Amino acid sequence: MHPKARARVTSAAIWAICLAPLLWLILRFREDGLGANPIEEFTHWGGTSTLILLLLTLTVTPLRRWGGWNLVRYRRRLGLAAFFYGLTHFMTYVALDQFFAFEYVLEDIAERPYITVGFAAFVLLIPLAVTSTRGWIRRLGRRWQRLHRIVYLAAGLGVLHYLWKVKADTLWPMVAAVVLAVLLAARLKPKRARRRKARVRR
Amino acid sequence: MLIRVKNAGLDVPSSEITPEETYLNRRRFIAAAGAIAGGHLMAPALGGKAGRAYAQGAQDFSDATDELGGEVNTYEDITTYNNFYEFGTDKRDPSRNSGDFKPAPWTVEVNGHCAKPGTYALEDLLAPHTEEDRIYRLRCVEAWSMVIPWRGIPLADVISRLEPTGSASYVQFKTVVRPEEMPGQRRRLIPILPWPYLEGLRMDEAMNPLTLLVTGLYGRSLLNQNGAPLRLMAPWKYGFKNVKSIVEISFVEEMPRNTWNVQTPHEYGFYANVNPEVDHPRWSQARERRIGKLLRQPTLMFNGYGDQVAHMYAGMDLARWY
Repeated sequence: MHPKARARVTSAAIWAICLAPLLWLILRFREDGLGANPIEEFTHWGGTSTLILLLLTLTVTPLRRWGGWNLVRYRRRLGLAAFFYGLTHFMTYVALDQFFAFEYVLEDIAERPYITVGFAAFVLLIPLAVTSTRGWIRRLGRRWQRLHRIVYLAAGLGVLHYLWKVKADTLWPMVAAVVLAVLLAARLKPKRARRRKARVRR
Repeated sequence: MLIRVKNAGLDVPSSEITPEETYLNRRRFIAAAGAIAGGHLMAPALGGKAGRAYAQGAQDFSDATDELGGEVNTYEDITTYNNFYEFGTDKRDPSRNSGDFKPAPWTVEVNGHCAKPGTYALEDLLAPHTEEDRIYRLRCVEAWSMVIPWRGIPLADVISRLEPTGSASYVQFKTVVRPEEMPGQRRRLIPILPWPYLEGLRMDEAMNPLTLLVTGLYGRSLLNQNGAPLRLMAPWKYGFKNVKSIVEISFVEEMPRNTWNVQTPHEYGFYANVNPEVDHPRWSQARERRIGKLLRQPTLMFNGYGDQVAHMYAGMDLARWY
């Protein structure tokens, strides 16, 4: 395939991934209007979508390193999609679930560990979304990369949020934890490469 | 740790004293509920016509309310939004995955400290008693609630007939184990809960006139996802106390273990009385979302049944015995 055509197909596929949760939501809504407790269903949808998009954002680097597939130019799109689902998730909780009862929201954030870590994960994503523009990347230079390592922490807190939320069935939170662990481990430099570098330096 | 609570102020075996008191209390409750809910609704029950033959007839509960004015939830909501982990943990799983479950024929084993142990066919266990329709609030520990028109028999009536002895201080209930019909019980990797699902009540709670052995809702037989063919309903307790698809009733001396308490002891106790002042460690119990309503509403102490049940817990520290 012509490189340009190939780029177009890849771009479309990334858009499809970013919008897939919306499609799922529409289909689910047509099925039974989100069921007996639509607010709960919508909240869960937002959280799940955020976590999936966040984990997909984190697959870009391992794909490049181990799969030789460079999708770095689409990483921002995936990351911003994760952020917007996260924003939806948070706003659903504040507006629909708690109906702006801020005293309860603050109590939840302060006293319910699963909400504390979920809220922290969301807050940590805000500076990353803000500094995702080309201008900010240029302005921050090397510090940009260091700043954006926060995403590991945000993803970890997101998985913890999910794990602490479920009542008994930890299967899916555990799957998310394993996926995140694999994605983070895939970033570690292999021992041999590190040694070689050390030797060169010597 | 074990605690033993004698039936408050009763020195005679529970089997000897309950019927009359139970009967009178129940009459009072039904009369009160009926008066508030609109006499026509409770009339069949009061008239004694709500027998088993009546169970198949569809009844219109759509405009009915509980005694506090709460509208009855739709049949659709009650039968598609369920926690019945034997069929999966999604709220829709029980209605989708329970098609293979066979609620008939059904037997219930009765054992422990009672004069009439044995394996009873469900019909034989229920036959001597009259079914009643009762509109109860159901408050889930997850902070949502519904109003449901149950059909059932006061548990006290059945227990009296089984003649528990003086050493029967608690009643334990067990849900059926049928991995071949219940997909949630089939999972090997990270099992959902330890099966079988166990629950229990103190004898005075079991004999309380509010406590029902439920066989139906909306005037129809129970669907599989709601715990067919026989489930418990103690409306002042969190939903998880109300064990479904009961196959065993045991009269025991000591406080039985209940599944959620075994699973997560610091979050789920034996009593599990609805209490807005004692939060779940992970979320507030002060408010609840009534299914079908947009805004959360305050949760009531004992789910609004304090007049009928608070006396059983007089002097108990409910923060400790959550």
